[in-house]
Amino acid sequence: MNLMEHMGIEPGRLQFSWISSAESTKFVETVKSVTQAVKAIGPNTTYKKNPVKVA
Amino acid sequence: MSLYIDKIKETAERLLKDGSVDMVIGFRKGSVPMMNEPCFIQKPQEVHQLVWDSNCGINLANYLTDRKEKIAVVAKGCDSRNIVNHIVENKIKREKLVIIGVPCTGMIDKRKIAGMFDKPIDAVTEDGDIILVTSAGKETRLNKTDVLQENCALCIHRNPVIYDELVGDLIEEQTGIDRYAEVRRVEAMSPQEKWQYFEDLLSPCIRCYACRNACPLCYCPTCFVDESRPQWVGKSQDPIDTRTFHFLRAYHCAGRCTDCGACERACPVGIKVRQFTSKLNRDCLEMFGWEAGLTLDQRPPLDTYKPNDPNDFIK
Repeated sequence: MNLMEHMGIEPGRLQFSWISSAESTKFVETVKSVTQAVKAIGPNTTYKKNPVKVA
Repeated sequence: MSLYIDKIKETAERLLKDGSVDMVIGFRKGSVPMMNEPCFIQKPQEVHQLVWDSNCGINLANYLTDRKEKIAVVAKGCDSRNIVNHIVENKIKREKLVIIGVPCTGMIDKRKIAGMFDKPIDAVTEDGDIILVTSAGKETRLNKTDVLQENCALCIHRNPVIYDELVGDLIEEQTGIDRYAEVRRVEAMSPQEKWQYFEDLLSPCIRCYACRNACPLCYCPTCFVDESRPQWVGKSQDPIDTRTFHFLRAYHCAGRCTDCGACERACPVGIKVRQFTSKLNRDCLEMFGWEAGLTLDQRPPLDTYKPNDPNDFIK
């Protein structure tokens, strides 16, 4: 993750969690907080492949 | 430094003659200046080909992978650390090796030197710390310290870490070196600037994979970039594919890279490939107190679990 941010991925866009299959509450909370964080950063404009232009 | 060569030849000849090894891996003169090439000596009468000077930047550990015969290998500091890596990763057996250790005073940067002259370079010789470059019939004296490869200027492990024979006295290691100034310079940038910096850095990349081929760590039978079922990463020169190749290759070297500079040296377009690996090397040093290839007795940090491993990034 450090290298990803080092090469210009915004902090917060890439997140890691450890959630057991029994931890449904933690799963929901994590999804909510990740979604919120990423929405706050805005759309990913850099690390995205542009569709190939054909004729 | 060239005094070493007599000792290297003598050792190589002795080892081949008494049958303790089947092959000696060392350097011989390349076809153009500043480009010594690896050579594989199997007969005592061939040892005269061997050379040693400041153009031996290729990492010879790269040629040891999965070899079965008994081999003597000429190893400077970084080569020896990669040999340690190879042994730790079971790519070669210690008892199959005779390591001819060479205390190293650094290799010269062929690209930097070529850039100092308008005309092609005809010959490069050296006398101690002075490099004599002949270009267009004119001889120029350069200080070796001014034209070292960047990784050599920053090197703190010039002496081989393991060896069976030594071709010269161990030399004093450099101290007080700021090894990670470049990493910090990039770290100080904003995410947009960082992105742009690497975009510019990688824009000349032609995806030739010379960096990977020169790297002793890259020994997978099929590299992830060559896989087609599944295809992990696009094979085109699309900037995103190129970036993906470079950072994933760097990740594969995390905790293993010895900063030998073979990748940067091999790059035909002069990309500073070490910008990726340096960051990981620094992180490994800070998080695990680890420098690759210094000991046979410890497993690498990414290979073991310790309860106090830093894991703040997992939420």
